[in-house]
Amino acid sequence: MNNTADLIMIFLVLTNLMLLGLSRMGACIRIVALQGVVLSFLPLILNQWNFEMHLVLFSIVIISLKGGVFPWMLNRTLRELSIQREIEPFIGYGISIIAGTIAFLTCMWLSHRLPFPQPLMSPLIVPVAFFTIMSGLFLIISRKKALTQVLGYLVLENGIYAFGVALVKQQPMLVEIGVLLDIFVAVFVMGIAIFHINREFDHIDTDQLSRLRS
Amino acid sequence: MILALLLIPVIAAVLSLIIRNDMLRRIILILAAIGHTCVTIIAWSIEPAPLFNGWIMLDKLGLLFLTITSVLFLACSFYTFGYLAGEARNKKQVFEEETIFTNAPEAIFCACIEAFLATMTLVTVSQHFGILWVAMEATTLASAPLIYFHRHHRSLEATWKYLLICSVGIALALLGNFFIVIADTKPAAEGTAIVLNALIQEGHNLNIQWLKAAFLFFLVGYGTKMGLAPLHTWLPDAHSEAPSIISALLSGALLNCAFLAILRCYQVCSAAGEAKFCQGLLVLFGLISIAWAAIFILGQADYKRMLAYSSVEHIGILALGVGIGAGATFGAVLHAVNHSVAKAMLFMVAGNLIAIYKTKTTKEVQGILSVSPITGVLWLGGFLAISGMPPFGIFVSEFTIVKSMIEQGRIGIAIAFLSLLAVVFVGMSAAFLNMTQGQKNDNLQVKDRPAGVFKILPPLALGAMTLMLGLYIPPVFDRLLHSVASAIGGY
Repeated sequence: MNNTADLIMIFLVLTNLMLLGLSRMGACIRIVALQGVVLSFLPLILNQWNFEMHLVLFSIVIISLKGGVFPWMLNRTLRELSIQREIEPFIGYGISIIAGTIAFLTCMWLSHRLPFPQPLMSPLIVPVAFFTIMSGLFLIISRKKALTQVLGYLVLENGIYAFGVALVKQQPMLVEIGVLLDIFVAVFVMGIAIFHINREFDHIDTDQLSRLRS
Repeated sequence: MILALLLIPVIAAVLSLIIRNDMLRRIILILAAIGHTCVTIIAWSIEPAPLFNGWIMLDKLGLLFLTITSVLFLACSFYTFGYLAGEARNKKQVFEEETIFTNAPEAIFCACIEAFLATMTLVTVSQHFGILWVAMEATTLASAPLIYFHRHHRSLEATWKYLLICSVGIALALLGNFFIVIADTKPAAEGTAIVLNALIQEGHNLNIQWLKAAFLFFLVGYGTKMGLAPLHTWLPDAHSEAPSIISALLSGALLNCAFLAILRCYQVCSAAGEAKFCQGLLVLFGLISIAWAAIFILGQADYKRMLAYSSVEHIGILALGVGIGAGATFGAVLHAVNHSVAKAMLFMVAGNLIAIYKTKTTKEVQGILSVSPITGVLWLGGFLAISGMPPFGIFVSEFTIVKSMIEQGRIGIAIAFLSLLAVVFVGMSAAFLNMTQGQKNDNLQVKDRPAGVFKILPPLALGAMTLMLGLYIPPVFDRLLHSVASAIGGY
């Protein structure tokens, strides 16, 4: 069982690094969706594949949101607003990946400094969850388009979710209310779609949202 | 009783969406505000029964912030009545540019503002950290449409920044919640629910390292919402682009609610004996906020932005006061009340100024005293109140904080604090005095329609309140403030 959890964690690290280096929006959407789907199996794996009604329902909700609804919404927005498919980073892809690697090492070091009070299924969970959160934050601040910021937010959320599911077993409610974060994602995407953030600002680059700077 | 507090605004919000008559909707808004305040006043004498195993309960700390929110909302609801009546239905021009825009439907505005009250009420009454988090998230969602009331691209930009920055903050705060749970994890036994009182009782059994990390994430997460520099970047934009009445609510009520969330975690940390660590962080963030605000207030060209930066400054003072501890805690608690009242008043007057002058640029507003004496006096009075002149309330609270700093021998911090306040004073007085004094610009098309009684009385009442708090604090209120201060480690 340990192996499966480890595998998922390694998968997370690899997808994060990929996201930092990818230049096509469509591919990014697919990878973030894949990340979400794989993560949604985590509660079941950690519970030794005991199919409790509660857990299964939770997983289904997560799969349908992260693997179904969001990619569909994002892709549709991408198509309808005919956004340029290039990502346009502030920070280049190469440097992003290097920064990612450094961040991963930092997270490994941090998780040694912060020993977990209970034995864990996989020693990788804490550092990898942190790393996913950091990657998400990095994507939010280092990419220009509003839509890529939403993707970054999804990654950040995946990290928090991984952390919660793996560690907070006594408080399942707290992890479940975390799904409410998804409301924000939905609001963001709808905001882009309904208010045509690219049209009103003539483009979807948030760095052009700078009229209010002072 | 708590249920009534929560249900009154929710029912009003639903009614606002259903009702088609504008006037009726505005009356419902005022009735809801009056009802909410009445229940709050009753809660002062009769302690409300806890709900859901004490997950939702009104303690002293919550009662104070609930009262601030409720009173402000009452004043704001009257102002909104006048504001909505005066807002033209047809297309308007953005002051700064040539763009034409319309307002969002009034039904949405009323429903959102009432939902906003409901969510802030939930923040003040929740004892369970999870519910607190949900309530904080809900405040963001309820207030975003309010910032985008004037539908043009500048306010859309402000709303986008507000949503994105605050939701990242909220996400980090959730992580902080997880950390608290981990800190509460025992190797063998089941952990307790993360309810405030249970955690305070656990106190020294909590895992210190994870608890410290939790406080850090709470401070950064909710600090984003609260407007602590350097996490405040959404705040000036949202405050300057939102309708003035929304700025008043954001500044006076919402920032305090976020502060309350941080204080809840601080209470747990103090119980675990880690107050020193948290206080250090609060002092640091407080000083950074005051300094940052001081820099941006100097030479600020837009008077609503200046008020927003002034909020960052005062939020910094709150954090600093709690961070200094002992007597300064009382000062900080009093300051929270004073700042809310004074800042809401100023934003309301700023709304009147915008209605008169049709601009937010400081330079283009001159001679308020000759154009509209009442507005001019209120604007000047608000300035004196917010910059801590005696006999206004803020003078008392800032004085209490400085006194406690000196008593504790933290002279360096006191000097830094006072000199930053002086810089802020210089920056604000230059702007405010130029605006009130001087000749009326003849080229300017000043609308001669005077601001209605609904737009004058609420700021006047708030101004009287901050003046009263400077001269005389009623004994009941004084007791509440002291018990709140002792709940967060001061006296």
